[in-house]
Amino acid sequence: MSSVQDLLFSKDHEWVRVDGDSATIGITDYAQNALGDIVYVELPKVGATIAQFANIGVIESVKAVSDLFTPISGEVVEVNGALESDPAAVNREPYGAGWLLKIRPSTPDETKSLLSPAEYEKIATE
Amino acid sequence: MLEAAGVPLIFESGQEGRANRYFERGKPLENFLPPRVLRDELPLPDNSELDVVRHFTQLSQRTFGIDLGFYPLGSCTMKYNPRVNDAVATRREFADLHPYTPDDLAQGALAVMYELERSLSSLFGMTAFSLNPSAGAHAELGALLIAKKYFKERGETRRDKVIVPDTAHGTNPASAAMCGFKVISMPSNARGRVSVEEIRKVAGDDTAVCMMTNPNTLGLFEEEIAAITAAVHEAGGLMYYDGANANAIMGYARPGDMGFDLMHLNTHKTFTIPHGGGGAGHGPLGVAAHLVDYLPTPVVVRDESGFRLEFDRPKSIGPMRSFWSNFAHAVRALAYLYANGSEGLKRVSQLAVLNANYLRVKIAAFLETPYPEVCRHEFVASAQRLKKENGVRALDLAKALLDYGYMAPTMYFPLLVPECLMIEPTETESKETLDGFAQALETIVDRARKDPAALFDAPTTTVVGRVDETRAARQPDLRWRP
Repeated sequence: MSSVQDLLFSKDHEWVRVDGDSATIGITDYAQNALGDIVYVELPKVGATIAQFANIGVIESVKAVSDLFTPISGEVVEVNGALESDPAAVNREPYGAGWLLKIRPSTPDETKSLLSPAEYEKIATE
Repeated sequence: MLEAAGVPLIFESGQEGRANRYFERGKPLENFLPPRVLRDELPLPDNSELDVVRHFTQLSQRTFGIDLGFYPLGSCTMKYNPRVNDAVATRREFADLHPYTPDDLAQGALAVMYELERSLSSLFGMTAFSLNPSAGAHAELGALLIAKKYFKERGETRRDKVIVPDTAHGTNPASAAMCGFKVISMPSNARGRVSVEEIRKVAGDDTAVCMMTNPNTLGLFEEEIAAITAAVHEAGGLMYYDGANANAIMGYARPGDMGFDLMHLNTHKTFTIPHGGGGAGHGPLGVAAHLVDYLPTPVVVRDESGFRLEFDRPKSIGPMRSFWSNFAHAVRALAYLYANGSEGLKRVSQLAVLNANYLRVKIAAFLETPYPEVCRHEFVASAQRLKKENGVRALDLAKALLDYGYMAPTMYFPLLVPECLMIEPTETESKETLDGFAQALETIVDRARKDPAALFDAPTTTVVGRVDETRAARQPDLRWRP
């Protein structure tokens, strides 16, 4: 697993790791901590086209159901099926085994509107 | 869960042949039913009557309800329900009435429905109510189906969005989604209110409905409600009033006067129906004049020959459930209305607000109250500081309250307040009860500061201790299988 320093963040507490024509998306450690124990994740279908910052699914914890947003646009190429039986992976390893989906980015320029680890850290600790 | 409480499941107790059989078996079922609906095996428990009585009595001793103690569950209005209303509802004349009784032989029952409908319309400023829906969320669904049909008939099918402030009830977005609308969540302002400017920005020609509750789930009255409803109307949308918080406003403010087009009332909360077990509820659905034709059927009408159920309403969204809804609840609700009268209902709301504020000020001495102003029937406190400094969450405080003989408040709602406890004492509690509750909560907060770890196992004196809520949600085991 690469380091958190390679990630970009959205204000909605999602992260993205862009690696060529594949981008992995998940929720941040701050988000999983605020949500509490996660019990269910609903993700878009493989093949779906998603637009930057659009609502792409829901994440349910013992406390609440929250919307999931995508930090960048693209086509969904894979979703993390392991979360179906083990949603706790999002709590344990939000930047690793708890990833949510992989997409093929359609608008690489969009990453410019995202936050660096340091910028996100500032928001999360406010 | 039941096993943990020392009560075996009824399916796993008993012995073959133990059931009491007072009556001879009648003719075989084959005489009445076609073979395709018959089966050879039916794994029902074989218990003696005494076993069954003991089973359910033991369960009743292991549960908690308003009859045992204070139940400050926010937005649920767990008030005392006077027994006289049950006595009226279970009178033979009502309880034994067959739902297919012709109208001319059921005039008394129809009069109850008619009187209740007229009284609700007057109390809340609506043109008419349907008593058809079974509870609040059911009525929300009905209201949104009405809105959908209304806009379709006007050719405004573009209106596919429902605006829901973050201070509304959790069922609102669910009802909207179920009805095929897109939900637009709207953050409240720093004062915990919906701002008129924000509504003006969001409301447009794609707005179908804006769903609000007033007072909202922070227990705060939306003073600008008239301007808000006007802004939504100007955009061509409809306003829906969630009546779950109506206990705060009876006789003081009416949703109809605030500009709402649709509303529901939970008579089980605001009036008098026991609802700790989750039902059966009663959720009359009220509308303003331009939506009367769409109400669910049947509607009780009165003409020169008396009262009758009217089914032939071409624009209606149709019946939302079988027969005449939970009719016994209509009887209870009307009995409650009559017993209180208009002055009595004002007093109900007055005391509900007074009790909430008394408790709010007491609790503010040792817990944060994020909106420190005069509230209505309920208020929110937050354990955020306690969590930061001592690692004790709202959940731990709620669990510890069970050890002191109190039901826990609603927690983690509304979502905009972190580590939220939402407290609604209702008007039927005495000053001594409120003092006792505040004292218990203060003791718990004090313990949380001195020895936080001790609270993580609470409750320790109840029949069942701390349950694993995460596991229950991740691996639900809801059905007994042989």
